[in-house]
Amino acid sequence: MRKAQRKSGNHHLDKDFGVAHTKIEMQLSSNKAVSETLPASLVDLRRGDEAVLSEIDLPVEDARRLMELGFLPGARVVAGQSAPGGDPRVFQVDGSEVAVRRETARRLKIRRKGRVPRLK
Amino acid sequence: MSECRDCAGCGPAAVLPLSPRAATKAVAVIGPPNSGKTTLFNRLTGLRQKVANFPGVTVEQHTGIAELDGGQAVELIDLPGVYSLSPHSEDEQVAFDVLTGRRDDTPKPEAILLVLDSTNLSRHLMLAAPILSLGLPSLIILNMADDLRNRGGTLDTEALARELGAPVALVSARQGEGIEQVRDFLAGAMEQPTPVLLPVLHDVPKCREWAGRVGSQADYRAPIAPKWTRRLDRVVLDPLAGPLIFAFVVIAVFQSIFSYVTPLMDGVKWLFEVSGNWIAVSLPPSLVRSLLVDGVWKGVGSVLVFLPQVLLLFLFIGILEDSGYLARAALIADRTMARFGLQGKSFIPLLSAYACAVPAILSTRTIENKRDRIATILIAPFMTCSARFPVYTLIIVAFLPNRQLLGFLSVRTVAMIGLYALGFVTAVLTARLLKSSILKSGRTPFLLEMPAYRWPTVQSLGLRLVDRSKVFLRRAGTVILLVTVLLWMAAHVPYTHGHPPAIRDSLAGTLGRTIEPAIKPLGFDWKIGIGLITSFAARETIIATLGAIYGMDHPDSTSMDLQIALRHDLTPGAAVALLIFFAFAMQCVSTVAVVRRETGGWKWPLAQFAYMSALAYGGAFLAFHLLG
Repeated sequence: MRKAQRKSGNHHLDKDFGVAHTKIEMQLSSNKAVSETLPASLVDLRRGDEAVLSEIDLPVEDARRLMELGFLPGARVVAGQSAPGGDPRVFQVDGSEVAVRRETARRLKIRRKGRVPRLK
Repeated sequence: MSECRDCAGCGPAAVLPLSPRAATKAVAVIGPPNSGKTTLFNRLTGLRQKVANFPGVTVEQHTGIAELDGGQAVELIDLPGVYSLSPHSEDEQVAFDVLTGRRDDTPKPEAILLVLDSTNLSRHLMLAAPILSLGLPSLIILNMADDLRNRGGTLDTEALARELGAPVALVSARQGEGIEQVRDFLAGAMEQPTPVLLPVLHDVPKCREWAGRVGSQADYRAPIAPKWTRRLDRVVLDPLAGPLIFAFVVIAVFQSIFSYVTPLMDGVKWLFEVSGNWIAVSLPPSLVRSLLVDGVWKGVGSVLVFLPQVLLLFLFIGILEDSGYLARAALIADRTMARFGLQGKSFIPLLSAYACAVPAILSTRTIENKRDRIATILIAPFMTCSARFPVYTLIIVAFLPNRQLLGFLSVRTVAMIGLYALGFVTAVLTARLLKSSILKSGRTPFLLEMPAYRWPTVQSLGLRLVDRSKVFLRRAGTVILLVTVLLWMAAHVPYTHGHPPAIRDSLAGTLGRTIEPAIKPLGFDWKIGIGLITSFAARETIIATLGAIYGMDHPDSTSMDLQIALRHDLTPGAAVALLIFFAFAMQCVSTVAVVRRETGGWKWPLAQFAYMSALAYGGAFLAFHLLG
């Protein structure tokens, strides 16, 4: 169900990378099959798309940072503007706007896609 | 971002003792980043701030005195912005240690002002849990009340106070609204918070759940999204217009620095000439007169001339930062940073290094990854700090005509932007080198909160400028003055038959001529050599030194026009070499000191000094030989 952990090269060089991955999942009220057939992440969202965060696939410390900024499993996330070139992208989450790089957005799994009407 | 207030002017001489006022209570101001802590702090303390943030004195927070009615005063401690109190990075550690009284250099706070952004209360309330658990008397300040109201948000402060067991004040620090409530809290009997049920502090989802529940108990209705921010972002972050706006802003800043400040600079120059003449006339010819007029006045005066330009630069940086544009600029620049193996968190220290490397190096504490942190510390001094700025200006104005390129850009602006770019490119290339060799590491995510756009306030901009002037003047009055006096003495030894020696034969001249063989390949003569020696104390000292040397060399000259003298002594190729030398060399004692302290040893600062010196010498050598 979870994708194999990506190799990011030189983790062994840093002792702070010895920590385990967090896998935070909320009780899914919707159809679980959807999230399994569509292992989508925040990178799959285009501007104006909306999704619910289901899982943070990052080391504990990094996940904690994201959660403190509002990226909690179950949170509603809307994709906003991006820097020229599409990376990083600003996401509206929990009342604020946070810029996240693609490499991080890829680790933030979502479970529903939809569109919110654009602001005029 | 340029935490310019942090730069205490780099230098051991810039130490201001925190006067211990036995009777004053200490109160900590804490809150998440962007909650308006500093605005509130400024509002409460006015100009009575002590910037205590430099090597040697282990204080990483600002303190200031808030005067209350009835002659009471409270010492406020402005702590770094944090999202939680579980120490993950070093600035959170600092905040935690101060709050729990574990630091010897800061009094243990007797109370806390917790500043939260009322437009994003549900999330910001998360920080209330660890703060309240400390059990200190606390006032929960919900800032940005004006924004909340304008965007249709509401809240019941009394209900919130009940839920939190602590008093709550809805204020707008920018407008000064509700500040009386804060003053009343500070003046009154501070009461312990009523114990309330708090969540498990280390469990973020639980904390968020708790914060959401408390918010809804207080009938919190979040405001609607800031429409103008979204609209502006659509333009500012447009794939095409975005980078153009970015370039336009940078060019406009430098262009105006060169074009509009000249009358002001001439004014300061004139002031020094007139007052120098006045001293010369009113004192009998003596050594004292010579020291005052030729040494101090011409030396320190030639640096102070640049105050208007430095202030204008900081006015622009202040506007960009306060308005929220700087965060967008960081976003646009991030991809370039990533390409060089730097993470986004390095961006803020690097930006603030444009003001001064010392606070920049201190602000690397937010970087959790140790290798990334060291890499950022090592490259920060390449960024064009404000001490390089007067040196660049002097040489550029002396050697480049004020001609227009393409009809709107002055050649001088282009040269200045080129030098800023040179520093930046060298920094990122060095980062690339470090990150692909000795400092390889995994990446930590780049996360940057985009603040809503706001109008910068006159008060906040004014305070920045006052702070900056203080720093500049303090440096001129301490480090630079000291070096100038020492130089004057060295220029008057050996004193024979009641006459000072010709500057060439003096101790200073001998020193300069001793190193001349080493700097000859760069196109510099012994006078520049003396300037290079003194500039290792602080970069802009070279201006004071040259001002004093030329002043003593031509005692009749009333003009402090260094430019003519420089044109006489340097070929254009050598001038470029001098610029490049200053762009690369680590001529700053305070930076070396702060790197040593932050990396915990001499290994890194020495390697950095050697690397930067080699680069400076090599670069200047190449420039002189290719152009000279």
